[in-house]
Amino acid sequence: MTDLPADTVLRVRDLQTHFELGSRIAKSVDGVSFDVKRGETVAVVGESGSGKSVTSLSIMRLLSSPGRIVGGEILYRTSRGEVVDIAALPERTMRSIRGREIAMIFQEPMTSLNPLYTVGDQIEEMIRLHEPVSTAEARKRAKRMLELVEIPAADRRLDEYPHQMSGGMRQRVMIALALSCNPNLLIADEPTTALDVTIQAQILDLLRRLQREIGMSILFVTHNLGVVAEIAHDVVVMYTGRVVEKSPVESLFAHQKHPYTQGLLACIPNASRDRGAAGERLRLNPIPGNVPSVTALPPGCSFAPRCPYRIEKCEEAPPLMEAAPNHLSRCWRHEIL
Amino acid sequence: MTQDVLLSVQGLTKQFPTRNGVVRAVDGVSFDVKRGTIVGLVGESGSGKTTAGRCTLRLIEPNEGRIVFDGVDLRELSEREMRAYRSRLQIIFQDPYSSLNPRLRVDQIIGEALEIHRPVRGAAKRDRIAELLERVGLNPDAARRYPHEFSGGQRQRIGIARALAVEPDFIVADEPVSALDVSVQAQVLNLIQDLQESFGLTMLFIAHDLSVVEYLCDEVVVMYLGRVMERGPSREIYAMPRHPYTQALLSAAPLPDPKASRQRVVLKGDIPSPMNPPSGCVFRTRCRYAVAACAEVVPPLEHIGSDHHVACIRQSDPEVISQGLTL
Repeated sequence: MTDLPADTVLRVRDLQTHFELGSRIAKSVDGVSFDVKRGETVAVVGESGSGKSVTSLSIMRLLSSPGRIVGGEILYRTSRGEVVDIAALPERTMRSIRGREIAMIFQEPMTSLNPLYTVGDQIEEMIRLHEPVSTAEARKRAKRMLELVEIPAADRRLDEYPHQMSGGMRQRVMIALALSCNPNLLIADEPTTALDVTIQAQILDLLRRLQREIGMSILFVTHNLGVVAEIAHDVVVMYTGRVVEKSPVESLFAHQKHPYTQGLLACIPNASRDRGAAGERLRLNPIPGNVPSVTALPPGCSFAPRCPYRIEKCEEAPPLMEAAPNHLSRCWRHEIL
Repeated sequence: MTQDVLLSVQGLTKQFPTRNGVVRAVDGVSFDVKRGTIVGLVGESGSGKTTAGRCTLRLIEPNEGRIVFDGVDLRELSEREMRAYRSRLQIIFQDPYSSLNPRLRVDQIIGEALEIHRPVRGAAKRDRIAELLERVGLNPDAARRYPHEFSGGQRQRIGIARALAVEPDFIVADEPVSALDVSVQAQVLNLIQDLQESFGLTMLFIAHDLSVVEYLCDEVVVMYLGRVMERGPSREIYAMPRHPYTQALLSAAPLPDPKASRQRVVLKGDIPSPMNPPSGCVFRTRCRYAVAACAEVVPPLEHIGSDHHVACIRQSDPEVISQGLTL
């Protein structure tokens, strides 16, 4: 079995996840590679159709038909130190990893919590599914989990149903549920997108604190570059199923080496840049056109039709190239950016 | 009235009766929108911003208050009289998927709006539709297609074309870009801006994205639990927010810059239930500056200069003021 560097928890290598739709094949994830180190946060950024969510569902092996991993490896180091390839594990073995080793939280906590059971029941069930403990012990642990995610009056909250809680509180319950078996790796798919900014700030604070205390690794999927700047150590930018740029967070925000990333940052309104001296509005710089569908990608670089730096060479698909130390870009012209 | 105010909302109140009591979704909200300007209405979920926006157009009937549009109180108009005003007041919705009838072609969607307000047929109608589509950056051949054939950004353009079809003076835009991808968001914001300038439109722009509002809006109204906490020129409010809630809200928005050093005010807990709002200042339960007096009186919206108003009894306290300077 392949080995992993000691500080690496997850290594995704050339992952291919396809959806077969009749005669057409949607390559939703097309050769994606990245590492997640112990105790660190990797953010996967992209717009709709980028393949960021399919990547995280592939790692959890939660793809729904006709989605299928057709190539690549997902190497994962278990808490016992053994390295497994998730892409090739039988479903039975996967069940002992999902939830216990790798946990996941989603955008809309209401759809992931069971409305018919109390919050306490759901956390206790999760604990007892993975560990042989008594009901009394499970309840005690569930209460501790709610306290860990800073839910006040944890004792009373255990007996409440999801609908009795606010969106922010439900997301805390989701996090408590996800962390109740001490996972090594937490996959958070747009966990703050449905929340208000003041609640988002609370949840990001909480995740950072928990990471510091528990030392878990986080794979954070989002479309929000502001959130990325706050939480990530490394960033993976995806476009039409491929990684277009990858680097440590400081390096990415200091100098983008791919026109798409540059375009994404340039089109977020920023009053200090997009307003003139007299306060008049300047025009924003949108990326022209739309994200193409993965079933109808242009040949060569898939961003080329929207790219201001396009040249003839872009008809040939660029590989990921080292544009700066530790900083990869899938652009032929990364040097002039 | 000072500068030319097109719309003046005064003491707007909307209560929804429920089994468990009355929800005061909008509670005494007042603001002005000057002709040719964009006013941002911001707040988190439950702040009442959407209800306030709909009440302004009488899409929801308010319980109290005046809505003075171009000198006429809309609330005193009969249904019939109101209909004549409807063409001057339009709305753009958040969700470009559910706000367009999927069974109608684009020319039917826009044509319907055209016809309700002015009889127009045949070639004149086709020309007008083509002109509107072009104005919002769509191909004229879009007219023969159905909403599902378009992306989210394109649908939002169709929604905008429909609103413009009747040549309105005033538009309520309810989170028009929040369902769109960032790259498409900027396209639609540019379009809104172009249209606002070329038609001299006046807008109430409802949003929760603070950077969009800072960029687009001339003035901002900040709502919390049905009430206005602060309002004024956006430059002033963003440079120096005076209400502790505005300060917390602005400091919570993540900036796309990992080196940004900003003192964040993290609010404790959640927004209280509008069924049972706190006495006095509704924000006091989450406010770090709250004192006993905050529970006693509802703080009035005080004028603190150049159209800037703040509803906080401690707004002139140096401690509160200096917090606004650290953002």
